[in-house]
Amino acid sequence: MTVNVGIIMLVHTALHRAEQVARYWVDSGCPVVIHVDKNVEKGTYDKFVLSLSDLPMVRFSRRHRCEWGTWGIVAATQEASAMMLADFPDVTHVYLASGSCLPLRPMNELRDYLEARPRTDFIESATTADVPWTVGGLDQERFTLRFPFSWKRHRRLFDAYVSLQRRVKFRRKIPDGLVPHMGSQWWCLTRQTLSAILQDPDRGTYDAYFRKVWIPDECYFQTLVRLYSTRIESRSLTLSKFDFQGKPHIFYDDHLQLLRRSDCFVARKIWTHADRLYEVFLGDPLKTNQSEPNPGKIDRIFARAVDRRTRGRSGLYMQSRFPHEGWENGVSSGPYSIFEGFSDLFEDFEPWLAKTTGARVHGHLFHPERAEFEGRQPVFAGGLSDSPTLRDNNGRSFLRNLIWNTRGERQCFQFGPRDKQYISWDLAKDPNAQIIVISGAWAVPLFLSNSNFADLREEAARLQKIESQHLDILRSIYAKARIRVWTMAEFVEAPMEALQTVVDEISPKQGRRLTEAPRMVNLAGFGQFLQNLKNQGMHPFLIGDFPVDPVPTNATRAARKPYLVR
Amino acid sequence: MGLWRSYKLRFQRQKWLARAIRKRRELSVVADRTHQIRQSDILLFCTLRNEDVRLPYFLQYYRDLGVNHFLFVDNDSSDGGREYLADQPDVSVWKTAAGYKRSRFGMDWINWLLMRHGHGHWTLVVDPDEFFVYPFCDTRPLRALTDWLDASSIKSFSAMLLDMYPKGPISSVPYQRGDNPLEIASWFDSGNYMISRNDDFGNLWIQGGVRARTFFSDMPGSAPALNKVPLVKWNRRYAYVSSTHMLLPRGLNLVYDEWGGEKASGILLHTKFLDTLTVKAEEEAKRRQHYAASQEYLAYLSGLQDQTDLWCKWSEKYINWRQLEILGLMSKGNWA
Repeated sequence: MTVNVGIIMLVHTALHRAEQVARYWVDSGCPVVIHVDKNVEKGTYDKFVLSLSDLPMVRFSRRHRCEWGTWGIVAATQEASAMMLADFPDVTHVYLASGSCLPLRPMNELRDYLEARPRTDFIESATTADVPWTVGGLDQERFTLRFPFSWKRHRRLFDAYVSLQRRVKFRRKIPDGLVPHMGSQWWCLTRQTLSAILQDPDRGTYDAYFRKVWIPDECYFQTLVRLYSTRIESRSLTLSKFDFQGKPHIFYDDHLQLLRRSDCFVARKIWTHADRLYEVFLGDPLKTNQSEPNPGKIDRIFARAVDRRTRGRSGLYMQSRFPHEGWENGVSSGPYSIFEGFSDLFEDFEPWLAKTTGARVHGHLFHPERAEFEGRQPVFAGGLSDSPTLRDNNGRSFLRNLIWNTRGERQCFQFGPRDKQYISWDLAKDPNAQIIVISGAWAVPLFLSNSNFADLREEAARLQKIESQHLDILRSIYAKARIRVWTMAEFVEAPMEALQTVVDEISPKQGRRLTEAPRMVNLAGFGQFLQNLKNQGMHPFLIGDFPVDPVPTNATRAARKPYLVR
Repeated sequence: MGLWRSYKLRFQRQKWLARAIRKRRELSVVADRTHQIRQSDILLFCTLRNEDVRLPYFLQYYRDLGVNHFLFVDNDSSDGGREYLADQPDVSVWKTAAGYKRSRFGMDWINWLLMRHGHGHWTLVVDPDEFFVYPFCDTRPLRALTDWLDASSIKSFSAMLLDMYPKGPISSVPYQRGDNPLEIASWFDSGNYMISRNDDFGNLWIQGGVRARTFFSDMPGSAPALNKVPLVKWNRRYAYVSSTHMLLPRGLNLVYDEWGGEKASGILLHTKFLDTLTVKAEEEAKRRQHYAASQEYLAYLSGLQDQTDLWCKWSEKYINWRQLEILGLMSKGNWA
């Protein structure tokens, strides 16, 4: 028996395109039954019928009002199917398509394909428990509640009625023998299966039940086909992708190559004005191969689009993405490091760190006088200015921009109690931030400075207070950054080990021992300096227990190169 | 939003609409071809003053995108631009000699024309130096976008203002009538935009770019706002509040996603920084008809006289919309 495909077209807009496609199908030997939505005006409809009147293989079925998610679409399909089966007895397969579908491959290829798979129904049909595509949170419930109100026009009534039914625990009984399945509306069924569904003695019961199911066009045939089909291929031959709101993605002229390479038989939905697509695919049929439909690439593109719309790019803040706190999917776009106290303790810390890790190392970005970009350049990536007023106007944007602008390159910067502190919380809460603190190192520049001791004492008290507050933030339960705090006394005892840990965290791949140490300032007399502070009543507790005497490690260290070899 | 605030905003919207109706008297017709407008047409609204030299390229750019009809308000031009526009087959022109400032920087006039002619249409409100870029604009006409917005039940589409500038002093390359201004002003700042939420109107407040970097680094609060919503499926009850930065009802300002995703958005390439600005800045600084007593123009004037170069080594050269998408200045959203 030769395969003969009949096409049912559900049309509601762009009638001229529907006419074009109907002609193509008839030209390739397929009878067509068209259903036009009753919402289309009489005059327009008549003109449409007239335009196709020269084709004897085109029939028009009785018109129903088709509103999204309602029974009308199923009724229209049923009636058109019945007409197809009755009027064209040669038809072996019925293909359900819409007015915005476009055949991508010649019809004889579809016939060959169906002939090679006899008695097979191509209809996507999955149990509700297993499919995540439902929109609006109604999956199993669409079969057990009633939906007399339109979702499009009376959303409030719809929602209210749903929640009322939930509250009173209303459940409809699903007719015996039916297991709710759902899937794509666009199918291709054999005559046997389709006629069995339409001529079922229980059809009245089923119809009455599905009439009040939500979106019956996605489950009526999908459920009933399970009763009769001998072989179901649970997939649609129509390429049709849905976005996160459940509306179909649209194809444009620039999808031409993608559609061509997809090897699908029919695609939906095509933009009405995609002249080139219609021209190419309805023109001379290209000689393609007998391959399986392979929409993988299109799938990926649309999946990415949905992902972009629902999750977005981490760390991006812009005109159409400005997430509430906690909804960022990553506060910043990549990991970065904040060093506190290191540049006070080491004379050449920045160049050393840049050389050792290969990262971009800035000075104090939140310095009150200017944002100290690497090399103290006045402007940095993306056009960020070093102006403190601009930065302070929106410090959060400044930091996020910096990290976003330098995607792919790790940023490190210095921070300390002399800097603007408003950014502390943002740093602490960002899981991408790595914060390494030598607490109390702010005392070193004081120790080295040439000021009066009374001023030093006052300044030390101020800085200690600021840093203490900062450390409280770092220790709070909201802090999500990777935080490591050494007191200065701890750090100075074994600086190379500490530095090694830090560097390993930044560039784990290197995995080699540090060969070169940054130059530590000469701390001779620092212990005494601290003791003097204490004697004046100002206890520098953040520094830890720094030995007064003997003066620490730096002197001996200069003499030899420790840790050079194992 | 509480009832009281909702009521206040409603009152405010009605105030702007009443004002627009009152200010219509300031407009007189130069060329009215609005009878040509069909129901599905995309309309462009624009206020201008002495921009003749930019008009040919401007019209061509938007005709190529698929704008069907242009509605201009000419604020007392003296350079022949009005006559040029009046001769175009798809343009309607009104003129007025009234104060730009008194009409809230032209917004009252535009609100009136929108109310009168924009109802039910997709409307694009831009300045003559702004060029609208949206996802896939090199392969899909504007109607593809508006059809998609319709299908997605989206009523407004945002496009941030992106200031473009040339490399070298602004006056070094003269702009000729009909030229593509983006060939001269082809550079921009890619990532120095400061964003905050405006809770009154629900919009985002975006400042930054080259103007904040060079002219407003000491007074960032006064830097020009860059957030814009230029493309709206208009209803006669809508009103622009302040330029095209925000609208009422405030739902139209929610062009951004707050739950992590990205909505689709575009860019307005702002080609203000051409050699024509030098003359304009002098005039506008004197006229004081612009925002905050033309403070902006005063800043340009002092900046431009000493041959400032806006370009820096981190400037990006404009290639296409995909570049802007990758840089995170605009987004495809779920349009693919």
